[in-house]
Amino acid sequence: MQLDAPFTTDAETLDAHAPGVTKSNRLAVIDGDIHPAWRKPEDLKPYLSKYWWDHLQTYGSRRKNGSVYGEPYPKSAPLACRRDAWPEEGGRPGSSLALMQKQYLDACGVEVGILGPLGATGQGDFNLDFSAAMCRAVNEWQLDTFARPEKRLKASIVVPYEDGAASAAEIERCGADPHFAQVFVLTRSSEPIGSRRYWPIFAAAERYGLPVGFHVFGTSGHPVSGAGWPSYYVEEGAGHSTSCQTAVTSLVIEGVFERFPKLKVVMVEGGFAWLAPLAWRLDKLHERMHGEVPHLKRRPSEYIREHVYVTTQPMEESDVRGQVLDLMEWIGWDRLLFASDYPHWDFDDPFRAFPVGLKAERHRQICAENGRSVYRL
Amino acid sequence: MSGDWVGAIDCDMHPRVPNIAALRAHMSEYWSDTVELRGIEGFDTIAYPANAPLTVRPDWREGKPRPDEHAAGYAKAMLDPHKFGLAICNCLYAVQIIRDEYMAAAFATAVNAWVKTEWLDKDARLRASIVVPAQNPELAVEEIERWAPDSRFVQILFLVGGEQPLGQSRFWPIYRAAEKHGLTIGIHAGSNYLHAVTGSGWPSYYLEDYAAQSLAFHTQLGSLISEGVFVKFPKLKAVLIESGVTWIAPYLWRLTKFWRGVRNEVPWIDRSPLEFVRDHIRLTIQPFDAPAAGVEISRLMDLMQSDEMLLFASDFPHWQFDGDAMLPAGIDASLRKKILIDNPLAAYPRLGGRHAT
Amino acid sequence: MARHVVARASEIPPGARKLVQVNGRGVVVFNIKGEFFALSDQCPHKGASLSGGKLTGLVESGEPGAYNYSRAGEIVRCPWHGWEFDIRTGRSYCDPRRMRLMQFNVTVEPGANLVEGPYVAETFKVAVEDNYVVVEA
Ligand code: FES
Repeated sequence: MQLDAPFTTDAETLDAHAPGVTKSNRLAVIDGDIHPAWRKPEDLKPYLSKYWWDHLQTYGSRRKNGSVYGEPYPKSAPLACRRDAWPEEGGRPGSSLALMQKQYLDACGVEVGILGPLGATGQGDFNLDFSAAMCRAVNEWQLDTFARPEKRLKASIVVPYEDGAASAAEIERCGADPHFAQVFVLTRSSEPIGSRRYWPIFAAAERYGLPVGFHVFGTSGHPVSGAGWPSYYVEEGAGHSTSCQTAVTSLVIEGVFERFPKLKVVMVEGGFAWLAPLAWRLDKLHERMHGEVPHLKRRPSEYIREHVYVTTQPMEESDVRGQVLDLMEWIGWDRLLFASDYPHWDFDDPFRAFPVGLKAERHRQICAENGRSVYRL
Repeated sequence: MSGDWVGAIDCDMHPRVPNIAALRAHMSEYWSDTVELRGIEGFDTIAYPANAPLTVRPDWREGKPRPDEHAAGYAKAMLDPHKFGLAICNCLYAVQIIRDEYMAAAFATAVNAWVKTEWLDKDARLRASIVVPAQNPELAVEEIERWAPDSRFVQILFLVGGEQPLGQSRFWPIYRAAEKHGLTIGIHAGSNYLHAVTGSGWPSYYLEDYAAQSLAFHTQLGSLISEGVFVKFPKLKAVLIESGVTWIAPYLWRLTKFWRGVRNEVPWIDRSPLEFVRDHIRLTIQPFDAPAAGVEISRLMDLMQSDEMLLFASDFPHWQFDGDAMLPAGIDASLRKKILIDNPLAAYPRLGGRHAT
Repeated sequence: MARHVVARASEIPPGARKLVQVNGRGVVVFNIKGEFFALSDQCPHKGASLSGGKLTGLVESGEPGAYNYSRAGEIVRCPWHGWEFDIRTGRSYCDPRRMRLMQFNVTVEPGANLVEGPYVAETFKVAVEDNYVVVEA
């Protein structure tokens, strides 16, 4: 027996994997989260000054988690990647455009995929100047390696978000280039992301009509919640939805959407079901304590409904049919965006990940239409 | 919404220590003198600012002493008019924020003694949680052993925000004692503020601080399950108190999905996290994070996949509801009875079914 | 139920696996220390191809901190979301009560037997002198 029958949704007729489905009649998928990687660190060298390249060689990336290789919670698979996504020619999953095209973009009929560079991108580094230099290099590298050679891939403006002014400058530098579809920030910022120090990011994003994508992870130096540091990867993975809740709460309660009324934000890779209970919670608290936050003119749920989008990956899975659909309904069908997280291990396939019973029109909305209206395509 | 509350068991109400003098009366001579000598004003917590709207419902602020400061006040406000059968006192006096663990232990002892003499001894319908200095699990066990012979103490009280997640092995001596005495573990909203209340540091507003308490519950639930607390202590029950409730299903879906993929990391977890939750975890029903309208409560309740998970609680004197709308509207009669009486009895072995019905 | 000759036995040495098509569906054949097992290739979760999965052992535990590791190479982990399946039985370890992988009978037959038939071997020329992996489905 299986939890969800992967090929029995209403969406079947549009399935790029199904027989008889051709380029012309299949669903054109918009994917909010694809992870590119470099083959080797030297790939970034052409985009860094000699000074910063030497700095990287000498001191490396230094972030608030103490680990040279990244997270102190070892992943479930090497580089947290699908076992079948390692390129035959060598290099990391996500580094081979040819494999990405064959294994994912072509196979799943992806029309547009938004790139989200992770790893040693400079984001969250202690050294803010280094952080800015790295982000700039990563942005140029994305264009040359992926977004220019492959029309279906759109780059993200990776910003050194702990430095609001430098982030705004990077958005100014890249913002007019149509190869970029969003601004890219991680959820575990050093302070709640709605704090004033980050407002230059939102001002610049709004100016260019770019949504700000908040991807899970980041090195805030704080445990995932006020309960302290958990021991296991399973806890860290499940806990990402809490960092998304922190970000949404802060953006709303600090009044970011009052100040930047055209801003759109997308929560990436934290799942989505948490959003409904969070909105309910914030409304109840606001009803009691709106006196503390007079800068808010509306209920928190109204800001959320208007400004916040969530990607669906990793898809929530309930043992009881219909429950995940209930949550989707309560969040709002127009707020959900498909994301695959290719090539990572918790990958969602656009035609297999969704719960049984999802109507074809909803599937189309989440996998294509909503993305088209959110991202600057 | 009004209704029949006869025999209900209020699993979360908060006696307030009126002043430090009330505690000094229950301290050793050394600690009582120390309070005076060092000018200790007390350890009230910013988790519940005294005059914040949420902290005390307006009509429960009236009177001197206030209804939450003495047993007769609570009886008059809640027990008598609604004919509750029992109520569990969870005193939130913040011994947890004291950095000196011996002082924390002394204050915990004083708080428990105050609760015993001023509440339990004054009204036979009252039960209580043991406040412990979780800073030092050995001292916490001493405190548990001190009060366990008194069967009116039914639970061990933790704050959800602490230095390390509660599943970790340093806390297991406490769970061993709990299991031995049939005491339930209660985890209540609040923090010792040793960590920021969010994974991204300190938020600006109290509203965000309180909202973030539910995030810490996510972490604690993940920790209790992943660390194998219920494998090690199969009779243990834990109650998540004042957590907001509706966050739990989405989080469990995630935890279960991740566990399926990384089971080999925590091989002692040989069943789905959901099964551990059904067997060992309960939640008090106030506050209940639900929208004012537009969502059927029955569909929300279905997310729990069990009618045994929720325990009635007023969260008195916190302002979670008006009038006597103590349960979300739309709960049917049989579930209502379970929430009000059966589930609390099952969650707290020490209530022993000896309550008046 | 027909018998399908799917590979020369020598093509799948111990520790190796091969993805084959039987009646139009993917079947993955594993060789564990000389014993052959055939399982449905499609992961019952979201349909990844188990032929791309990593072989691992079985870790069991009676209590926190205990790791009893055995049967190295007899468990396949799905290449996508990591669900573990027992190659010998098809049993899943992440949801043992509800999830099981379809298994097929598999035998190794000398070519001499097979030349007689009946069997299905569209893609094979069977030679008398070799051994063949035969899947029943
Ligand atoms: S597809 Fe195999 S574990 Fe998800």
